Amino acid sequence: MNLTLKVWRQKNAKETGSFATYQVRDISPDMSFLEMMDVLNEQLISQGTESVVFDHDCREGICGMCSMFINGEAHGPDRGVTTCQLHMRKFKDGDTITVEPWRAKAFPVVRDLMVDRSSFDRIIQAGGFISVNTMGNLPDANATPIEKHDADAAFDAATCIGCGACVATCKNASAMLFVSAKVSQFALLPQGQVEAADRVRNMVNQMDLEGFGNCTNTGACEVECPKGISIENIARMNREYLKASLIS
Amino acid sequence: MSTKLNSRIPEGPVAEKWTKHKGTIPLVSPANKRRIDVIVVGTGLAGSSAAASLAELGYNVKAFCFQDSPRRAHSIAAQGGINAAKNYQNDGDSVFRLFYDTIKGGDYRSREANVHRLAEVSTSIIDQCVAQGVPFARDYGGLLDNRSFGGVQVSRTFYAKGQTGQQLLLGAYSALERQVAKGRVKMYARHEMVDLVVVKGKARGIIARNLVTGELERHSAHAVIVASGGYGNVFYLSTNAMGSNVTAAWKAHKKGAFFANPCFTQIHPTCIPVNGETQSKLTLMSESLRNDGRIWVPASLEDAKAIREGRLKAIDLSEEQRDYYLERRYPAFGNLVPRDVASRAAKERCDAGYGVNKTGEAVYLDFAAAIVRYGQEQANLKGMHQATESEIVALGTKVVASKYGNLFQMYEKITDENPYTAPMKIYPAVHYTMGGLWVDYNLMSTVPGLFVAGEANFSDHGANRLGASALMQGLADGYFVLPYTVGTFLADDISTGPISTDLPEFAEAESASRARLEGFLNSKGSVPVEVFHRRLGRIVWDNIGMARSEMGLKKAIAAIRALREEFYRDVKVLGGMYEMNPELDKANRVADFLELGELMALDALAREESCGGHFRDEHQSEEGEALRRDEEFAFVSAWEFTDGDPGKATLHKEELVFENIKLVTRSYK
Repeated sequence: MNLTLKVWRQKNAKETGSFATYQVRDISPDMSFLEMMDVLNEQLISQGTESVVFDHDCREGICGMCSMFINGEAHGPDRGVTTCQLHMRKFKDGDTITVEPWRAKAFPVVRDLMVDRSSFDRIIQAGGFISVNTMGNLPDANATPIEKHDADAAFDAATCIGCGACVATCKNASAMLFVSAKVSQFALLPQGQVEAADRVRNMVNQMDLEGFGNCTNTGACEVECPKGISIENIARMNREYLKASLIS
Repeated sequence: MSTKLNSRIPEGPVAEKWTKHKGTIPLVSPANKRRIDVIVVGTGLAGSSAAASLAELGYNVKAFCFQDSPRRAHSIAAQGGINAAKNYQNDGDSVFRLFYDTIKGGDYRSREANVHRLAEVSTSIIDQCVAQGVPFARDYGGLLDNRSFGGVQVSRTFYAKGQTGQQLLLGAYSALERQVAKGRVKMYARHEMVDLVVVKGKARGIIARNLVTGELERHSAHAVIVASGGYGNVFYLSTNAMGSNVTAAWKAHKKGAFFANPCFTQIHPTCIPVNGETQSKLTLMSESLRNDGRIWVPASLEDAKAIREGRLKAIDLSEEQRDYYLERRYPAFGNLVPRDVASRAAKERCDAGYGVNKTGEAVYLDFAAAIVRYGQEQANLKGMHQATESEIVALGTKVVASKYGNLFQMYEKITDENPYTAPMKIYPAVHYTMGGLWVDYNLMSTVPGLFVAGEANFSDHGANRLGASALMQGLADGYFVLPYTVGTFLADDISTGPISTDLPEFAEAESASRARLEGFLNSKGSVPVEVFHRRLGRIVWDNIGMARSEMGLKKAIAAIRALREEFYRDVKVLGGMYEMNPELDKANRVADFLELGELMALDALAREESCGGHFRDEHQSEEGEALRRDEEFAFVSAWEFTDGDPGKATLHKEELVFENIKLVTRSYK
């Protein structure tokens, strides 16, 4: 198929960007969206134009690196996938596709479609861990049984890939889904109880410092999340936060 | 035995070596650790766990990754699981059995002492990860669940659905970020190591490119740990991430670190087949699927042809019309034979004309039997004694979805086919590289002070890695080996003081790196980097892939040399040096692959035997099984970079001594 692409080009964080329009031809429906972008880039290089910069790495939907806002949706029109797993069969011959970077104050553009998500790392640094050093003589892994439903729910929360689609989708650029997924994972496990209050306070505090917005319960994040992280996690985080405020 | 190689294997019985060695490694006091800097390159399982553990001990750590966050390293994509000799299933597992399985699985080309240590520390890894909050799969009693993997007859694999690597890496990443918050680790994301700095014979730092600004930076340390992963992307199409590269390891090789067994590469049997020319990477379907999936092709050539032409569907074929070739050839292990065996068997069937997709390069992985088996079990549990076939299938589908849901979803998204109702199509693809920088028992390379961990070293998997053992090795190296063994080198450095980046060695390495990068930008060529990479991949896949021959390897060497010349003459890289420029980064990586490819061919040519992932057409039995030649080839090939030309590399041999396991022909029949 033949497509028209409107792609955001921006040299670096300081300069302002704008859309550039490109045509690509003979795109196979079996290609992934990023492979289509590869075709565009090879074409641009042959024409002497610098290629479009975008984040990508594993190309199997797990590293969380790819981050394109396609036709107004994080990771494009398909559900439960990252941009690298979006296939061109979701588009039609002759379509015009608009491709933008994540847009959020806490995710400044690095170049073109690439943004800086180090704010997520700093939120994890604030408390997204269990304070256990590497030790050769920890209790046996089976010493503490964990109820299967809790273990499964902790796992579901832990599958967040930190891509930032939730932030890009939210009209408030809120990071509540991301933060609550980590808070929930540990809140559901016995290992996480010891530092639970400090964890939720510090992570929420850091989230606010980074300039993410608040949650107004529109639920858009859950819809666009490639890993289907539930907004129940946000409710759980709010409970954890309330609990932490009561005991402090 | 080469005089330049000293494997430093401790004396004593294999089961006591590690304990004894740990007890005699010189210690560095907490106060002195604060005066010692360590650089860690790469933040996958090995790098993250090493950086976190060393920082906890008190060393000043600088960690580097090219991704935007350490959490994105490609360990994240590992699916199936991690082995540990816990024997929770009471099925006869033990440290010795894990040790034995790993040596045998590696086709007797790994070092006994290292592998035994790996098996010993495997149990601590699980304890460590659970303490960190890694949500492993559990059964209804709340205890940890296990599954089986290829090449073994016990269930020792711990898992978190098909996302085990993700969960383990996020555990190590959280430990790392905890140290970053404390200021014990300085994290350099979006930085790539472009050279190693060697001062007076010791690794004392690196040159890194800040990928955002393009600046070259000098970073010094008392020791450098390279944990930069494997080199599977030399094949262009692989299950590696797009950014995975050999540059850090290759630069270390050119600065004196020997490269061991480069021809030992793993072709994973269960990947989604190639579908077109513009494909950028291949996607693995976890080996855990072979627990429940049965692999087959049509028994007759006519049926295979009809399927390829779309006149027949897989489900139209009756049991008698199918050839479950792994179950037929290897009744004892069936679909759970090791990866190298399964891959070659798939290739053999497809080469013989039994392939089942348009390209003729695919076989079926079928879950129909498992769905019925699980469905029946569920029906029994629920007391549904009159369950209909469709009720059983519905129940069984649920069980299969709970085990492999994310993998099935991934498959459906890529192929647009529903694997619950029609069998998956799979074909082997490059997945892992057993070869890597040569290291001694302490994981130190031939450059003093340069340690190598995880997939980047060669140490534990011999000629073929067993499933679920890469995660085990990465975390073993980072959590439980390096924190001790760096002491063997660093104990002499307590009064060295900070290493200055003004030393001439840093200036030289920096200007050499700058000249190289500017060279790519100034090349007046016309061909994008990607094109060269794709062409290199084709040469390597065709000649140094699942089967190798003298003629093919010689052809590959000539072709790679010619391609390398063409690359320097005709590559086109746009943009500037001092800006975010992924094309320039790629050129720098592909240039190294173009050298490594030749060394792989050289190594494969020198190894006149078939073992593990290395199959020489000249050395096979009448049934097409691999013929190892222990008398002549029970050694590690360690290549020394010589005369500035990868084609002139010098071979050093480390003889492998087997004191605990008898070398026998590997049989899974």
